[in-house]
Parts: sequence; structure tokens; C-alpha cells
Amino acid sequence: MTEEIIITGFGGQGVLSMGKIMAYSGVMQDMEVSWMPSYGPEMRGGTANVTVIISSERISSPIVRHFDTAIILNQQSLDKFESSIKPGGVLIYDSNGITRHPERKDIVVYRVDATEEAARMNSSKTFNMIVLGGFLKVKPLIKLENVIKGLKKSLPERYHNLIPMNEKALKRGIEIIQKV
Amino acid sequence: MKKELRLMKGNEAVAEAAIRAGADGYFGYPITPQSEILEYLMEANPAETTGMVVLQAESEVAAINMVYGGAACGKKVMTSSSSPGISLKQEGISYIAGAELPCLIVNVVRGGPGLGTIQPAQSDYFQSVKGGGHGDYHLIVLAPASVQEMADFVDLGFDLAFKYRNPVLILSDGAIGQMMEKVYLSQQKERSKVFPDWATTGKPATRERNIITSLDLDPNGMEMHNHKLQAKYNEIREKEVRYEEFQCEDAEYLLVAYGTSARVCQKAVQLLREKGLKVGLLRPVTLFPFPTKRINDLSGQVKGILSVEMSAGQMVEDVLLAVNGKVPVKHFGRMGGIVPTPEEVVENLKSKIIGG
Amino acid sequence: MIEVTGIKEIIKPENLVYKKTKIMTDNTLSYCPGCGHGTAHRILAEVIDEEGLQSQTIGVSPVGCSVLLYNYLDVDIQQAAHGRAPAVATAIKRLLPDKFVFTYQGDGDLAAIGTAETIHACNRGENILIIFINNGIYGMTGGQMAPTTLPGMKSSTSPYGRDVKTMGNPLKMTDIVATLPGTYYVTRQSVHTPANVRKTKKAIRKAVQYQKLDKGACFIEIVSNCPSGWKMTPVQSNKWMEETMFPYYPLGDLKTPEE
Repeated sequence: MTEEIIITGFGGQGVLSMGKIMAYSGVMQDMEVSWMPSYGPEMRGGTANVTVIISSERISSPIVRHFDTAIILNQQSLDKFESSIKPGGVLIYDSNGITRHPERKDIVVYRVDATEEAARMNSSKTFNMIVLGGFLKVKPLIKLENVIKGLKKSLPERYHNLIPMNEKALKRGIEIIQKV
Repeated sequence: MKKELRLMKGNEAVAEAAIRAGADGYFGYPITPQSEILEYLMEANPAETTGMVVLQAESEVAAINMVYGGAACGKKVMTSSSSPGISLKQEGISYIAGAELPCLIVNVVRGGPGLGTIQPAQSDYFQSVKGGGHGDYHLIVLAPASVQEMADFVDLGFDLAFKYRNPVLILSDGAIGQMMEKVYLSQQKERSKVFPDWATTGKPATRERNIITSLDLDPNGMEMHNHKLQAKYNEIREKEVRYEEFQCEDAEYLLVAYGTSARVCQKAVQLLREKGLKVGLLRPVTLFPFPTKRINDLSGQVKGILSVEMSAGQMVEDVLLAVNGKVPVKHFGRMGGIVPTPEEVVENLKSKIIGG
Repeated sequence: MIEVTGIKEIIKPENLVYKKTKIMTDNTLSYCPGCGHGTAHRILAEVIDEEGLQSQTIGVSPVGCSVLLYNYLDVDIQQAAHGRAPAVATAIKRLLPDKFVFTYQGDGDLAAIGTAETIHACNRGENILIIFINNGIYGMTGGQMAPTTLPGMKSSTSPYGRDVKTMGNPLKMTDIVATLPGTYYVTRQSVHTPANVRKTKKAIRKAVQYQKLDKGACFIEIVSNCPSGWKMTPVQSNKWMEETMFPYYPLGDLKTPEE
């Protein structure tokens, strides 16, 4: 089993940290992982993306051009990466800020209104955890408990008080994601 | 011994491995995409634990000369940089090689020439394996292809450096430096309290003074020194070749690639095998010494070889020398910070080697 | 001609009024007659000897006339790349903080190609001694203009005299480093008369003591001569140095520890 995922959006949306938590969760589940970010000036304000690969085998290339799952969080990323999804693959997007909805018919499209939900929950910072929750629902490769463990690993201890809120957000994501 | 599992960036793994290897000093200067090494070490603050010195120098030039000074004291010292910074260090590296000092240098390569790009490349191959600075010398060049190897090669690099009194270069790239993977970290080693007998540590009455220099104004003396260096490089060629093979046993076609390119090629081998093509991959782990003999042996078995690099074709020259005309050898590469895709490797093997 | 027995009589230990310090090796100095390097080496060696520091000393030699310093001083020495001695010394002192670490550099090495290393080592307050021989010329390469060459002064690369409009002004590195908080003791001396030799030796001894206090960099400029490069006799060169160099590079302390 190998899952090749790209997460892409604006810098500041928690794209890289979502990928990191995903990768940590994979480690907690005894799987092989790689986390390959776009790096450099584009991180500051521009688009940011990260390729996460989770596999039961040794990972060959950490850099791939076609993905099993694309998690897309802004319009630019949708324009750029919609075509990079493997036929039969999954696209997860947050409709906030999306002006042109996905067009491909040979992939499965899911929508998770995480921005809206985070605002409703009064915790905009857990936005990316709502998205991640949605991913867990669609691709149950990683158990929720391992994501919580991953969170603990990737967050500095001084932020561990935020874990319950993040757990809530993950669960909310699982609930609200819907097939388009 | 139980090893500690972490998820780390390649750059962070180098830094943590340096502390654990019992390094005495790190001297660096910020440059993307390797600044995490200096940042990690500054945050870890090993001065408080192992006593390792970490210093941000005023330039790459100063940093490599600090390495010279520390190495000449018999200490385990290192520096890291990325391509433009490594160019600046070349004079110092030549002095270190000439004075036969052990040290570790990490190059997290980015695309060039000039200021180039901050994205990964392998275009510093010639500079790394053919000398780089002035004079006839070689570095021992290790090419990690994973975060695990970024960590492992720190310890290996120091061992080889001290074994041969020779600088060792870890030739990585932006992709391996920036990506996170699982890494098993070694136990903390103690910093050495023993000094090599050649080190400048203050001359006791019991020995002659130790002089560290690369200068000999007498050409006969200098030629002798060069002969000695060449004999050492030959010994290294004989004893320290390292490589890894993937599915070469029955291979009819061979890919040769190191570092990030080798990871891409591994995936390409999978794709090609799924299509029924018998393709193998040879990954040089040491670029100097180069696995010349093994490639020559394999060239008796395969019909053609594709060298895959993130450059205009540098390592391919060493592959051509190894193959010595026995079978066709072609190059495929992307440049300027672009990593080739496995699909591109598949297409190029087909068009340049199999179809050709 | 003195008879052989006469020489033996003269060199009897009880008749010796001057002898070579044991920190100087028996190698013949490569310096030109009348050059200040030999004297500067000797007093440095004497201080190392008198302070009992031979086993504690690590020196760094530059590129320039004194590149072969390691042939003359019987202490552990590293030969550094051109201008990089302060960086080399930085690492030595950081890794072996109990040792006495010094660099010995000329004006081209310290004030041209090594400006950054000099200023930054001083600015970091590296606990080292920098000895700076300033004779206003590149001696080893054959008398080219140095950063410290005086206005109007002739050299092989300023054959009509240094024109400050096109060739820049002489750089007073010692004045610059004295302004840095990382320096503890900064002085400018010379070795052209016995009195000056004594003063310079005293300065070196102070610097040795200060290094034990871990207070920062000590910087001793020695304004010196280059009879060959200046195309003068040793006596002429010393006179010229007094008349022309000293007004531009006045001797004395620029920074002393507040006691």
C-alpha cells in the first residue's frame, strides 16, 4: 500500500504542518513516510505545498508528479494540481475561496467546508485539522488515535493543551466531509 | 543497541547526528537550502551537553578556515553549506586536503551556476569528485539518498576522515535536506579525549613541534608530498568503494544514479518492471571513489546504460570511463532545480537506450 | 682575525651577555638584513619561554614573509590560508580554550584579504592575540602596494606613488579594531630601537596575561620596515619609518583595560 498525497494552499493555512502531522501519524502506525515541502521564498505569503507519501514499503521517489490524493485549499492550487491527480484518485477541497469548482470526471471529489466550520467552532487555527479529519474519513489509512499521537509528537509540549481542541476539529472534519 | 526513531528533515538529521557522533565543532554560515543545520545546532545548544562548539561565522570562507584550525587540533569538526557557499570554501578545502586534515563538509546542493536557484540539483558533481579547488587532490564523497543516510554518513564520514586524514564531503541536495523521513538515530557517543599525534595541541618537551602546513617551497619535497597523497587516494579507491544495487541480478538495462535521482530511478525501475522490462539500478554511495569496477562488470551483462542526474551530464563521464565503450551509455538529466520524474526516466530509457 | 681559542673564550657561558632563546630554532631566518620580523619573532619567543608557555602555545602563521614562522619558533604552529589566520585561531581557541593562541600577520594578510576575518574575530571578542606587522608593503611577492602603503609612497604597483584618488587611502586597522567592544587591549609599537623592543615585548607579555583572563581579543600592531621593498639600507629604512610612518601610524596604546 502506498498513498501519494499533495496538500497545497496559501502559506499560513497550515499546509506544511498538516502534512507533518500526517507524516507523524504514519510513523505512529509503523509505516514508512516522506514529507517533501516546497521551500523557499514562496512559503512567505505565496502558495505552499507539501508531498506526503505514506507506505507499507520503503518509499522510492519522495518527489512525484501524480497523486492518489490532492488536498487543495485555494484556487491557484486547484488550477495547478487538478490535472496531477491519478485517474480514480481523490480530490479534497475547501470551497472557501474557490471560484471555479473541480471539473474532472475521472476522479472522486470531496468537499470539506473547513474554513466555515472553523469559524463556527470559534477556532480558526484548527482549520487544517478539520481538513485532515475529512481526509481520514475518505482515506482511512491512519487511525484517529495515531493522529492524536502524531499531534503530540509534532507539537512542542507547551502547545499540548491545544490537543483536545484539535481532536474535536478532526472529528468534526470526519463528520462534515461530503462527496460532490 | 536500541536506536531512537524520529521524523526529521535531512538537514536536521545531519545536525543531530553530528552531536551524537561526538563532534567537537561546527562552523557554518546561513544559505538556503541548508540553514536548518546551523539553526538546529544553535537551538540544541550542545555546548551545554556534549561541549560541542557551534559558531556562526562571518562567511563561508571564515567557516572553512575555522574547520582548518579545529581539524589541525585533531578535533572532529565540520561545516555545511550549499553550492555557492561551497564554491567560496574551495580554497580552504584545498588547504585542508593539502595539509591532510580530517573534517566533514556537507553540501546541500542547489541549482547553478551563479546564484542559481534554491531548488535541488546535482550540478556540483565535478566540483566534488574531481577536486574543486586548486591542486591534485580528492575528497572522499558520500552521496546520501535518504534522511537516514544523512544521519548515518556523519558518523561514517568522520570515521573515514580520521582513518585517511582526508576531508570527507557529504554531497546531498535540497530535496534530501528539506524532506522529512523516518530516521533511526545512534546513541550519543562521547567526544574523544585522545588527540592524534600530529595535532597541534601545544608542544610538550617529549615531542618535536607539530606543524600543520600545505606549503613546501622545494619542488622535490612537494612532488614527494603529492606522491604520498596519490598513494592514499589509490588506497581509498581500493578499499572504500560503496554502492547499492536494485534488481541488477537479471537486468538487461541499467540505470546509474545517486542521491535524489537514485530515489526517482528506483521508482522508474518499479514502473519498468511492471511493464516487463528487466531494468536494474546501480546507486553509487561513494562518488569518490567511484564504483568503476562494478559498473564495468555490469556492462558485460546489460545492453545499455542510462545515467540519470540533476545536471547537464557530469557523472555520466565516469560511467563512460567505467564502461569503456562496451555498451551504449547515455545521459538523462533535468537542470536548474528541477527533479526528473520517474515517468521521464522511463521515457528516456526507452527512447535513448532500449529503442535506440 | 680572532684566533680560535679567542672565540672559545668569548663564548664561555659566563661571558655571554646575549643568547638565543630556546624557543627559537637553529634554522637560519629567511628575512632580509635589517628586517623587523626577526626581532619581532625573538621577543615573542622570549615571552613564550619566560612565561613557560611552550607546551601551551599554538601559533598561526600567515601568507607573506612570515609564512615560514613555523621554521623559526619551536612551538606548535598552523600555517593558514592568506588572510584567514584569525578564523583559524578562533577555532583553535574555542576548541582548546586553555591554550595560548596567537596569529602573526602582515599588512596584506590582515588588512586587505583578511579584513573580514580580522574585524569579526575581534568583534566576537575571540580570546586570542593578533600580532600585526605593518611595513606598508607586500614584501614576499616583491614590494607591491599594501592597504597600509602611505599616500605618495612608491611600490611596484604604485610606481608613481600611491594616488589616494585612484588607489584608496591607507587603512588604519588598529584604530578600527580599537573601536570594537570585543577587543580588550590594542596597542601600536615598533621594534626598531632597543627601547621600542622592550616596550613591544612588554606589550606581548601583557597580552599573554590578558588572554588568561578571557576578556577578548588583544591586538598588537608593530610598525616595521622593509629595507628591500622600500629600496633602502636598514638604517635609512628605520629613519624613514620614524619620519614618515610614525606620523601616520603613531605609536602607543589605543585601548587599555580599565583597571
